[in-house]
Parts: sequence; structure tokens; C-alpha cells
Amino acid sequence: MQAPPTVPDVAPTAHTRTYPQFLWQALRVATDGGLPFYAWMTALTAVFLVGVNAFAHQTVEGLALTAMSDHVSWGMYIGNFTYGVGLAAGAVMMVIPAYLYRDEAMHDVVIVGEILAIAAIVVSLAFVNVDLGRIDRIWHMMPVVGRFHWPVSMLTWDVVVLSGYLFLNLHVVGYLLYTRFLGRTPDPRWYVPFVFLSIVWAVSIHTVTAFLYSGLGGRPFWNTAILAPRFIVSAFVTGPAFIVLALQVVRRLTHFHVGDPPISTLVAILRVTVLGNLFLLGSEVFTELYSGGTHTASARYLYFGLHGHHALVPWIWSAITMNVVAGALLLSSSARRQLWRIDVACVLALCGVWIEKGLGLIVPGFVPSSLHELVEYLPNQLEWKVTLGVWALGLMVFTIGLKVAIAVFSGQMHAQKGAA
Amino acid sequence: MDDTSRRDALKVGGATLGAAAFARALAPLTEWEPTTSVDAFLQRHYKELDPAELGTILRRLEDETLEDYGASVSIEDVRPTPGVRFGYALNLSVCIGCRRCAEACHQENNHDRPSHQSYIRVLEIDKGSIDLEKGRTDYDHAVPRGDKFYMPVQCHQCDNAPCVKVCPVEATWKEADGIVVVDYNWCIGCRYCEAACPYHARRFNWEKPEIPAEEVNPDQAYLSNRVRPAGVMEKCTFCLHRTRKGKLPACLEACPTGARVFGNVLDPDSEIRWVLENKRVFVLKEDLGTRPRFFYYFDG
Repeated sequence: MQAPPTVPDVAPTAHTRTYPQFLWQALRVATDGGLPFYAWMTALTAVFLVGVNAFAHQTVEGLALTAMSDHVSWGMYIGNFTYGVGLAAGAVMMVIPAYLYRDEAMHDVVIVGEILAIAAIVVSLAFVNVDLGRIDRIWHMMPVVGRFHWPVSMLTWDVVVLSGYLFLNLHVVGYLLYTRFLGRTPDPRWYVPFVFLSIVWAVSIHTVTAFLYSGLGGRPFWNTAILAPRFIVSAFVTGPAFIVLALQVVRRLTHFHVGDPPISTLVAILRVTVLGNLFLLGSEVFTELYSGGTHTASARYLYFGLHGHHALVPWIWSAITMNVVAGALLLSSSARRQLWRIDVACVLALCGVWIEKGLGLIVPGFVPSSLHELVEYLPNQLEWKVTLGVWALGLMVFTIGLKVAIAVFSGQMHAQKGAA
Repeated sequence: MDDTSRRDALKVGGATLGAAAFARALAPLTEWEPTTSVDAFLQRHYKELDPAELGTILRRLEDETLEDYGASVSIEDVRPTPGVRFGYALNLSVCIGCRRCAEACHQENNHDRPSHQSYIRVLEIDKGSIDLEKGRTDYDHAVPRGDKFYMPVQCHQCDNAPCVKVCPVEATWKEADGIVVVDYNWCIGCRYCEAACPYHARRFNWEKPEIPAEEVNPDQAYLSNRVRPAGVMEKCTFCLHRTRKGKLPACLEACPTGARVFGNVLDPDSEIRWVLENKRVFVLKEDLGTRPRFFYYFDG
């Protein structure tokens, strides 16, 4: 988290003492907790290390260790990258009620969404990196020292918007926590403009990610204008679903006050977005299957199998079932009286979209190949290890972020008297 | 106090264990090749190198090939000739699907032996259709079959190349003579170009290529058939190490039926020019607007 600009009534020099103090206390809070905290972090570290080890092997021996091939040249990693970007963009569904609609109850917990955005961007960037054949050359992508093919390559746009979104959220979270730590009221001039910018930016990250695929004329399965809207709507499913679950965990395990209203608001959003997502999926399926023809081969492969190849059929129908059940549960349950049913719906929606926007989106783009060869793909054990490792890293970032935020909000972390 | 120090001691112990586990998890990286050469790591983009720097790099690459493959090779930097724009045409009426072009490519371009890699895939398609969905590449019977025709596909060196557009680091570009090339020492291996290509013309080096020393083709160029490093893209370059020096592509020389016609389309007396002007040629997936420099035609 970067240092905030000077607050007018504090001598500039004071920050050189209080900011290191803030970081030091944050480090202490991040490494200190009860038994459940240690157990959780140890488990995540273990999974992360398994992933690191698998990645080290993959780096040395080559991506041949994965199940990818020249026919299906992107797989599990890029699928998870896409999903992660959606999660990050979806976090904005807390920011919009809190800042645009001045929902006070949401405003009190909006930091959870901003921390989720940070963790999810870390996850997305990590997935792009583990997918590279030459991670040692990542500097070639840096402007000035490398050759940044902007604005032509959509991938460079993605780098710009993802790092921009990370920066915006780091700034907002860092600024709010640090001023609270100093015992001051945050100055709106230093964060509200960034919050509004982050709302627009959230939409841009998932739009640009959709354009990565939809801009490719040679891949009819992706070459559809509905892809960006589908990405955005499904992001507004996964973001709120994850936060509904996270807020309840925070409420159970910490002293941080999480009221019912923010959860009800998010559930109200979910009721719309889950259905919207299914509607867009349905529109896509209709257009593909009713017209028929060669360019719909990927969709036929995904939903029904093609010429005896149907590796993804059980996956996609599981995803659709989960999304439909999630929709039904959300519509038929009360967030106050039957919260457990909402929780089940959130888990189902998270899993359903993970399949639909992960393997279910990336792999059919390559099956059949551009010369209509049918080579299938399912991730192998190494890819699962790396994938789980990256998610463990993301959960660690999210946990530590939350823990520090809660310590600041509850007053456990504060600047020493006379320091500021 | 006692409790606090015990807690701190436990934390230090935990952190030490964690660091040790992390180091252990990363241990395989000590055998990673890029960590061995600083020069290779810092090498700049092909277009930014002056002749002296490029010369040093070519000698280094030759040394590496000798060390890694036991083969002495010569790696040149062959530039396009002004006034030359290459074009390639293939007569589908006479192609018999023998795949000798694919095999010649495999050898000429120092492809990985175990995967039997080649830049050319030959489709066997039912007569009466040019729908690729009605074709297959894995046929293994005597050719030609009367009810089929054969369509070899390789890089079309598109004038509006999707692969060039999408590359985030400009590791692939179109040269003045129309050939799309890759700087294998600049590519980061994101495979976006492979996703973008509508002709399945690009290949990724999923691992370090394996070639016995005696099978390595020693006549190499930086932008074409030198042995590629692991983790980067590669593609057909119309054998620029041959064609820019007046020779024909290896796939053309191997063709037993004379189905392939290659040359400079700017030369009014060239055979390729005659074919383009007199035959009813077509390009694959013209609707995508890629504007290939590779043409197909039927006799008659």
C-alpha cells in the first residue's frame, strides 16, 4: 500500500515515522492470531507451496508438463485468469451501493469488496504469469525497456487496466486504513475521486478481458458481441456471491460489525444477475444452435459432444444446473430467515460460473481447431496443483488484508500517541 | 511476558520452517536454463540490434547449438531483398496428399523429432466440399483416394495478420517481402498468436526440441530454421534462409507432383504471377479479411 499524500494538518515529516509504524503493526497483525487463524494460514501456505513446486517443475521442463497442446493452447490457467478478473470486477457491486447510492450500512463494510478486488487481481496476474512459456522475459512487456505493443494488442490493454485497477484499490484501501490508523477522518478529496474512477475501471477490466477473445475472427465461438456483456453480468454474480459468504465468515469469527442490510442488498443484486447471466447464456445457445453450420461446431461440442468427443459435456451441464438451482434458491429464499439457503446458492453460483467462464469458455474456442481437428483437453494433475496454489495465494492476500482492516477499524491498530 | 516470548519463539520457528519449505519448493529452478546466461537474458529485440551486436548473438547461438546438440551450424541473418514480395500457390487438382512437403519441412526446419512437428498439415477432404469440417488430417491409407482431394495448409503470411496484431511484445511482425517472422529470443510464450491464427499455422515449443546431432540442418537463419528455444512460438517462414537467397522452399522441392508454385509476385515473368493471373485462385477463409499470400487453385 503506497503512502497517501500529505494530509494538510499534519507535518509532512510525521508520516516518515507513522507510516513505518503502520506497516510494522500491520505485519504483526498479519502474523498473529488464534488457533483457527494459524491453522487456516498454514493450510493455505501448504497448498501454495505445492503449487510453487509444481510451477518450478513446469518452468524447468516446459509447458509440455501440462495437458495443453498446439490444438488447445490455452486451458486451465487462462480459464482461471478470466474468472479471477470477473471476481475482481464483481467486487464493485459493493462500491456502487456504498458510494453512488449512499447506502450507509454498505459503506461500513465496503472495504471487504475493495480487498477482494486486490486479492482477485493478484490471482489473475499470477494465472497469466504461470501460463507464459518464458516468464524470464516478462520485462519485454514493460513500456520503454521492452516493446509494449499498445494500443494494437488487446493483451497490452489488459495489462494497463488490470494494473490500473490494482493501483486504484491499493490506494483507496491503503489511504482509508492509514488515516483511520492515525485516528483522523479520511479527506474525501483523496479517495472519493479514485473510488468513482474504480467503478468505471471495474467494468473496463472485464470488458477488455472479453475483447481478448471476442476480437479473434478465427475463433467463431468467442467472436461474438455478447461476450463482454456476459462477462460483466457473470462478474456481478461471482463478486457479490463471494462477498456474501465472506461477510458471514467475518461476522462469525471476528468482532467486526457486519449487519444484515449489506447482505440483503447483495442478495437483491444476485437475484437479478444470476437470472441475467442465464438469459445471456440462453441467447448465446439459441443463436448458435438454431442457425447451425460449421461455425457452431464448438458450441455443439461443448453442450452435446461432437463426433464422439464429449469431455466438456458433463462440466457444462453441471454448471447450468448449478446456476439454475442457485437462481431458484435466491428467488425462493429470504435473506433474513433462510440465510443458509442463500449461502448454498452463492456456493453453487460461484462453482457454476467458474466452469462456465473457465474451461467452458476457453476450451471450446479451440475445439474443433481452426482446421477442424478434434483434440480434447482436460487439465492434468500439475495444472490442478498450480491452480490451487494460485488460489491459496489469493486467499492469503484476502485474509491478511481483512485482518489488518479489521484491526484498524476496531482500534486494535492505531498510531502511538504523540507520533502523529 | 513468558507467554509472549514463547509465542514469539514459535512464530520465528514457524517462519523459518516456512522459508525452508519455500526454498525446497523452488529447488527445481536451479536447473533452469535461462538462469545460465546473462547475455541471453538481456538480449534486446531483433530490430534494435546493430550489425555488431547481432553478429555476437549469432556466434553465441552457434556455440549454444554445438554445446546442446553437438552440431556445428552456421546461423545467418538473411534480410529481405528490395523489390521482392513472395507469393505461394498450390494446385489442388494435382496434390496427392503424400505429405512429403510436411516431411521436408520437418527436416529442413530442425523440428522436434519425437513429436514429428512440421509447419504443414495436410487435410483430406471429401470431393464436393471445401468445408474444413469435412476434412481430416489423420488419414493413414494409400493416397490418393478417388473420392477425396488434399489440401496442405501452412502459414499464409497474411497481409492483415491476426497473429501480428495480437502479440503484446512485437515479437512477431511482417517483413518487407511479405514473410511473417518471430524473434524467438524476444517471444514471451503467451500463445495469443496461436489463438488468433485462423489457419492453425503457429506452433509452440512446449519443451526443448530434441534432434540428433547428425540430423540437424546446419544451414540456419536467425529468423527461420535455427533450433528454437523452449517456451516460444515458431512458424513457417517460407524457408527464408533459402528463398531470400534465390532458392525454393523445401516443401516445394519435395513435392513429387509439381503442385506448388512459389516466387516473386512483383516479377511479371514469374510463374507465380502467371498462376495468379490465369488460374481461378482462391484463399482460405477469405471472409476473415486476413488477406493471405498463399493461394489455392484447381486446374481447368
